[in-house]
Amino acid sequence: MTVEQEAPGRAPRETGRARVDCEIHNVVPSTEALFPYLSEHWRESVTQTLFKGVADASYPRNAPTTARPASKAGDGPPGSSLELLREQVLDPDGLELGILTCLYAIDSLRNPDAAVAFASAVNDWQIAEWLEKEPRLRASVVVPSQLPHEAAREIERVGDHPGFVQVLLPIRSHLPYGNRIHHPMFEAIARKELVAGLHFGGHPGNPPTPTGWPSYYLEEYVDMAGVFASQVTSIVSEGLFDQFPSLRVALLEAGFTWLPAHMWRFDKEWRNLRRLVPWVRRAPSAYIREHIRVTVQPLDAPPDPRQLRQVVEELESEEMLLYASDYPHQHRFDPERDLLAHLPDGLANKIRRENARAFYRL
Amino acid sequence: MVASAPRGQETIRRPARPAMIDCDHHNELDSDADLYPYLPERWLEHVHTYGMRSPAGGYYPRFMPHREDARPPSGRKSGSDARFTVRHFIEPEKVAYAILIPLSGVGSQQNLALGAALATAVNEWQVAEWLDVDPRFRASIAISFEDPPAAVAEIERRASDKRFVQVQFSGRPHEPMGRRKYWPIYEACARHGLHVMSHAFGSYGQPITGAGWPSYYVEEHVGPSQAMQANVVSMVLEGVFEQFPIKVISVENGFGWLPSLCWRMDAAWHLLKSEVPHLKHEPSEYVRGHVYASTQPMEEPHRPQYFFQMLEQYGDLVDHILFASDYPHWDYDDPDQAFPVSLPPELQQKIYFENAARLYRLG
Repeated sequence: MTVEQEAPGRAPRETGRARVDCEIHNVVPSTEALFPYLSEHWRESVTQTLFKGVADASYPRNAPTTARPASKAGDGPPGSSLELLREQVLDPDGLELGILTCLYAIDSLRNPDAAVAFASAVNDWQIAEWLEKEPRLRASVVVPSQLPHEAAREIERVGDHPGFVQVLLPIRSHLPYGNRIHHPMFEAIARKELVAGLHFGGHPGNPPTPTGWPSYYLEEYVDMAGVFASQVTSIVSEGLFDQFPSLRVALLEAGFTWLPAHMWRFDKEWRNLRRLVPWVRRAPSAYIREHIRVTVQPLDAPPDPRQLRQVVEELESEEMLLYASDYPHQHRFDPERDLLAHLPDGLANKIRRENARAFYRL
Repeated sequence: MVASAPRGQETIRRPARPAMIDCDHHNELDSDADLYPYLPERWLEHVHTYGMRSPAGGYYPRFMPHREDARPPSGRKSGSDARFTVRHFIEPEKVAYAILIPLSGVGSQQNLALGAALATAVNEWQVAEWLDVDPRFRASIAISFEDPPAAVAEIERRASDKRFVQVQFSGRPHEPMGRRKYWPIYEACARHGLHVMSHAFGSYGQPITGAGWPSYYVEEHVGPSQAMQANVVSMVLEGVFEQFPIKVISVENGFGWLPSLCWRMDAAWHLLKSEVPHLKHEPSEYVRGHVYASTQPMEEPHRPQYFFQMLEQYGDLVDHILFASDYPHWDYDDPDQAFPVSLPPELQQKIYFENAARLYRLG
């Protein structure tokens, strides 16, 4: 369905600017909103005990990066209203499609039964409250990623729903995702032809840096790029793409300007050390360019646009970048103004739309 | 770049390069027994009875031992004989100064008092068996950085010997390096004009990723740049450089990551600066004033043009790039073949010599 049909009376958008937005956060407004999708046991637990649902620590509620000023939805948190999403993103941005990334912090639940029950509830809530109500949306399966077998079971349960195109995994995990303990989960993701979407944040309990716990959220935010880099190292080195050759991985809210230097270092180490990981038969950068895509927010742009063009060129692939608004989160740079405006039209349109359509098979 | 060219293939020698200051030169212990003459009886007995215990669980056997061609005739470990090192490397490679970085278990001891005793022993050993042997050696002060009062005491013991130019941290201390716990160490460094150096590897029990322990040594060997970035982020954003006029030197972490880290810190700071009101400038300003990075193992894009782009992105920060060989380790960079491009002479002069000469005040 096109925007013109959906919202008559609006100025027709430039067809050249058609976009697929690969990161829109849909937020569960409250634990009670999940009650229709939870068993009586969990409804009672929430109403009668001190357990009130997940303990989300990835985004400080009122930090300037967490929400755009106008995105607060009545009584609900920013990102919790479909109506507001239509008004603020789907219609004005002329989106063909938007991919929802629901960051419900299932990985904060140590109780495995709760993790399984709440993941299922969130997915049923996404189907009923978002996918069935808005044809321009696709969504990401929420799973108990800390329990790979249970995650695989949930992917099995809802993975055939045509609205789900991705499984969302927090970038901070208790073991790197290349570790074999995660194979059942990635096997299910690959079998259901979904994308593994690795996203900023997570609650594994271990520190977010290789050198312990930092003091400030600002540090965690900056350091998260390093966690993405480490996961890329792990996934390629430990042979996830060799084990599951059709697996596709998206890095969501990772930034991308760090990636060229990381590929150079990784390729060099592979040349020296590849006999330790003989299944890795090509340079890591070749696996990365084939299997991995990266959303453009946060942009982390250099002051000089020429240098930003250099970085994009250094990816050595026009297919890797995916447009994302990251609604309702706030970033310093605007993807259109600060990135796409500086790129050739052909490449900009790939980033706006074509790369996502091909990668997510939309 | 791996040290040796394939057999039968002629080594490509680039035009004569300038004399150099090697900012990552390892003085090796043949074994811990080298330190025994410098350890008090009480700790010698302790080591014999209980050993040196560091947080367990981070066992990633090195790929291979040190360069076999650097082994002294005595058969001791490569890099463990100062006189042989001078003959084998310092003389032929035109090394004006070599900054010694001793890798020992000092910083990772669970028993902090043993860590302090080991630090003193390592430093006495460096004076007697290295610094006194050749005037071209400069050294890093081993400190038990998880025990700042003991570390400060050790700094005080060494500070008058100007051949010690910096203090040594591992790659992954127990807390990010900007945390206040470590500030007394920085205060002492500032008082004595010493720099702070963090050398890749070594941890106090944390995995090399922000997402747990990886499986293979190749991951352990790619990871130090992420660890050092976290240390730089911490020192900048905690405001260490607002408090102390010290320089921090990243060693064996590569250096291609520094431009994008500056961009990312600046972008995030513009939105979140209310959390860190102690910072008076953009984060990249503090990097410009205080952060240095050594070359090995340098990022090597397969297109030379990208390497030049990276240097261009460094801008005036190219004055902060220091040549390092990592002699005598397996992944050592041959000073004549380390760079994937031919550097312009002026830049070569800076990276091999001038930047380090200015930083370490070496003539």
